[in-house]
Amino acid sequence: MRAMVYRGPYKIRVEEKDIPPIEHPNDAIVRVTRAAICGSDLHLYHGMMPDTRVGMTFGHEFIGVIEEVGSSVQNFKPGDRVMVPFNVYCGTCYFCARGLYSNCHNVNPNATAVGGIYGYSHTCGGYDGGQAEYVRVPFADIGPSPIPEWMDEEDAVLLTDALATGYFGAQLGDIVEGDTVVVFGAGPVGLFAAKSSWLMGAGRVIVIDHLEYRLEKARTFAHAETYNFAEYDDIIVEMKKATDHLGADVVIDAVGAEADGNFLQHVTSSKFKLQGGSPIALNWAIDSVRKGGTVSVVGAYGPMFSAVKFGDAMNKGLTLRMNQAPVKRQWPRLFEHIRNGYLKPSDIVTHRIPLEHIAEGYHIFSAKLDNCIKPLIITGAN
Amino acid sequence: MPYTANKPTRARSSEELRAEIPGWGADLDPKDRPSVPREKFDPDLNGARWEFPERQPEKWPRERSIEHKFLTPVFGTSTPPKGLSGAIRKYSYKKYSEGRAAHWLLLLAADRVDAWEHHLASFATLRPDNPITQTGVLSEFTRHGIASRTGTKRADLNHQWMDPIIVGGPWLVMGGLAVAAARRLARLRQT
Repeated sequence: MRAMVYRGPYKIRVEEKDIPPIEHPNDAIVRVTRAAICGSDLHLYHGMMPDTRVGMTFGHEFIGVIEEVGSSVQNFKPGDRVMVPFNVYCGTCYFCARGLYSNCHNVNPNATAVGGIYGYSHTCGGYDGGQAEYVRVPFADIGPSPIPEWMDEEDAVLLTDALATGYFGAQLGDIVEGDTVVVFGAGPVGLFAAKSSWLMGAGRVIVIDHLEYRLEKARTFAHAETYNFAEYDDIIVEMKKATDHLGADVVIDAVGAEADGNFLQHVTSSKFKLQGGSPIALNWAIDSVRKGGTVSVVGAYGPMFSAVKFGDAMNKGLTLRMNQAPVKRQWPRLFEHIRNGYLKPSDIVTHRIPLEHIAEGYHIFSAKLDNCIKPLIITGAN
Repeated sequence: MPYTANKPTRARSSEELRAEIPGWGADLDPKDRPSVPREKFDPDLNGARWEFPERQPEKWPRERSIEHKFLTPVFGTSTPPKGLSGAIRKYSYKKYSEGRAAHWLLLLAADRVDAWEHHLASFATLRPDNPITQTGVLSEFTRHGIASRTGTKRADLNHQWMDPIIVGGPWLVMGGLAVAAARRLARLRQT
């Protein structure tokens, strides 16, 4: 099969690999029809995530068709169309039994602090991902769901992470009617977090980024007020002015490890790997939320330490909430919202790239060329 | 203003927002949202037919965090550890917990060693590594590389100049070393 393969920082290529075998009785092999490149894939691509091995196939957002099932799989048969959450999870461990699917304890031998994620380094379990023609899906009876007949395939692939995570970010904010919500990051997750904030009754939604074309999308797609932080001397002061010096009720960090806005923070983390991530957006979130407010973190960070302004968080009495999204818990409600026309996730897709050209896709997305917001990968096995 | 008791006046009322924004307030009740409460114990939640999953065969000594009691029943089988980088990884997993910076720094060091092991090995194959095609940098010419960076303030331009050095620098150094070694070899042959 053809598959994207990591060759070292900033370098990938497409190679011929063996179709993955069934390794466990509840495995399925899925023929991938659509995949996506996630902003967090860029952390792997830039060599930031420890134990990212040459030869690994990335990709935790994908949908496809069941090709083969293990002996204990009961819910699916070859030919079924499925959407697969980015979480690999067993369904029965301490955490899964409480709905914390992203924190499963039975699927990642390499680390206890994070669950299993497809194509996301050995730190997240060492599973090859879906930027390939075929992928192994463990616990096929637990994670995947059939794609509803009425659902657009591009909407389905965005439900496997970006939309579920954005909605989860708004939910972690515990938004109540009339709240002012600030979202750092106008990438896919930030756009969905902003859009979801309205569903939860926000009174104002403000999106902050430095890419004008993404802010334009935040205005048209997510009905948000926008600020380009690169145009202000101090975005925190602007946020205070914008909220009558109170600060926002809820701030969502939808940026994560490669945040821009402070040269030293960015370079020491993204370039020199001396921090688990550049906590600029997180520090700005702590600074711009009101005292007693809530900071929600759905941006991804690496496992090492980061220079976070924890003293301010403590002194302001903040509630910090964060996690990887338990995707499947979000799905029934998100299905409803898509069906009702409240959400149309595929509106943010800007690029559809054949698997053979995935190296260009990564560069376009990483360097923010061509007004790229969300690139999808089209495999040749369709 | 925070200097007095009341919240700032809202620019738009809930009625106005409901009329303007599709779905506004559809999930207004915080208790009626997905993943609420955060933890809700239900062992039958996921319809699994096992209490503890059947174990996946271990085809090589699978490296694992020493914070785990045992090897998890299911795990990824991508890219087993090999060579010097593999030895560093195995040592890091065997010696240090996730709580130690040494664990992560060794894994990052192994990643860099791994890349160079594969770059060098690729030159003994019919498909050597090619930093031009593998970085996708040619898309700079087809996807508006200059236009994407001009006419607007972008905060990432102050460090993007470092990327070619980070990617190309080691290749130039290796190339220089190879040329120097070849010259020295030629000189030795002449003498």
